[in-house]
Amino acid sequence: MSQPSLSEALRGVVRRDLLLAMRHRSDVAMSVFFVVIVASLFPLGVGPEPAVLRMIASGVLWVTALLACLLSLGRLFTADYLDGVLEQTLLIPQPLGVLVVGKVFSHWVISGLPVVLLSPLLGLQFGLSGESLWVLTLSLLLGTPTLSMIGAIGAALTLGLRGSGLLVALLVLPLFIPVLIFGAGAVTNSLAGIGSEANLSLLGACFLFSLTFAPWATAVALRIALE
Amino acid sequence: MSATGINWFKYSSPQAFHPLAGRMIPWFAAAAAGLIVVGLYVGFFVAPTDVTQGDAYRIIFVHVPAAWMSMFLYVIMAVWAGIGLGLNARPSFMMAQAIAPTGAMFTFLALFTGSMWGKPTWGAWWVWDARLTSELILLFQYIGIILLRSSIDDLRRADRASAVLALVGVINVPIIYFSVKWWNTLHQGASVSITAAPSMAGSMVTAMLVMMVGFWMYSIAVTLARVRCVIVERERQPSWGKQTSIPDVAEAR
Amino acid sequence: MQWGSLAEFFAMGGYGLYVWTSFGATALCMGGEVLAVWRRSAAAAESLDES
Repeated sequence: MSQPSLSEALRGVVRRDLLLAMRHRSDVAMSVFFVVIVASLFPLGVGPEPAVLRMIASGVLWVTALLACLLSLGRLFTADYLDGVLEQTLLIPQPLGVLVVGKVFSHWVISGLPVVLLSPLLGLQFGLSGESLWVLTLSLLLGTPTLSMIGAIGAALTLGLRGSGLLVALLVLPLFIPVLIFGAGAVTNSLAGIGSEANLSLLGACFLFSLTFAPWATAVALRIALE
Repeated sequence: MSATGINWFKYSSPQAFHPLAGRMIPWFAAAAAGLIVVGLYVGFFVAPTDVTQGDAYRIIFVHVPAAWMSMFLYVIMAVWAGIGLGLNARPSFMMAQAIAPTGAMFTFLALFTGSMWGKPTWGAWWVWDARLTSELILLFQYIGIILLRSSIDDLRRADRASAVLALVGVINVPIIYFSVKWWNTLHQGASVSITAAPSMAGSMVTAMLVMMVGFWMYSIAVTLARVRCVIVERERQPSWGKQTSIPDVAEAR
Repeated sequence: MQWGSLAEFFAMGGYGLYVWTSFGATALCMGGEVLAVWRRSAAAAESLDES
């Protein structure tokens, strides 16, 4: 029996995770509803004044997306860890880093992509329009997979620990901050009429950087957690 | 095994490192005490009053050394973490473990004294300038490493997980600094730069540098003392205690 | 000596509160750390004697 190729292994991981997710469609809905509810909290807390909302929109929506990613990290590895599949995954001859990319990708499709697709609507709620809406969506499209990849490191480090939910947040939030700054900054700049290309390029750079290094760090962390 | 030079690997066992560390501590402690006394003297009795900031500027004699140490210690901790992961050496992990609390303390001090300096000079207890904000995030990173280690019961996993986190964090430090500076320029109106230091007289620079080296000597002394505790706590076995280490422990106490 | 009197030294040109709080906090933290490590070291040595 010939060894499956790298891309076959990758596709296998993604297919399996997406299939499992289809059986628990509520997971998709959870991310979406979380973002909607939390985003609505801010006008309730700050007041409905349109000018104020437009000013805080980029930060609020970005932080909300970031928190949604953070809260969903618990689901990244835990199920596989609990039923022993993760240990088996470590034994697969293909590089663990590539398999991690597969898992993170499926995880993002389930929890991150819905937020990206919903963001224009949320932006409208906060009085964003035109170009800034587009920039918001694009920044989240680049940013949320980056956050997922960085978050995976934290999820792997805290695998199976008690109180891991809060601990993951503490570990991972400092790592999220640059992405937040560039992402929210892109929207803010767009609103101010300054170009958002610089921020979006930096976001792109963060995405590529995390794609290169984060899966490897996650793989190392997984091996440490499981040996 | 080389014919010339010291065989460093002799000290790669905790039992051998323990007395060595014990012998080194008094030297670094004395150097620290001496340098800090000299630094304080120059800082208070030689350095003149500043034209723009009055005598409030003297806070930099602790603020800058603390901030410098907080970053320096993080890098050193990450280096020990990397060596530990690379060579699978327990003492390296122990050194990283021993450095973290001191680094976190200096980070807190940098923030606290920065705030004390900011209030009379800039009018606010906290300003979101690039350096203070980066320092705050550094504190979060230190705390994360300490908490991760204490959340893992298995020593080997704790060592290696906190080592990975330290290395990931050290890569984040320059990225954070860059992004926060970027963020600062993005929001020009709201930011105040604490980094616009007054042009400094020679004695001011001297005092600051002397204090910096003094804090460095202090950090080494405290870290060595702490790593000795860590060694005993982790390596304690009935037979080990009864060998040569007990006289060393008694002598170093 | 640039301080006219002890009172002037403590006043630090009106900024005494900030300056002395800073140095005080520094002394407290560093001294406290030394104390904590000292006690930890004593406890460790004691545990060695017991075994």
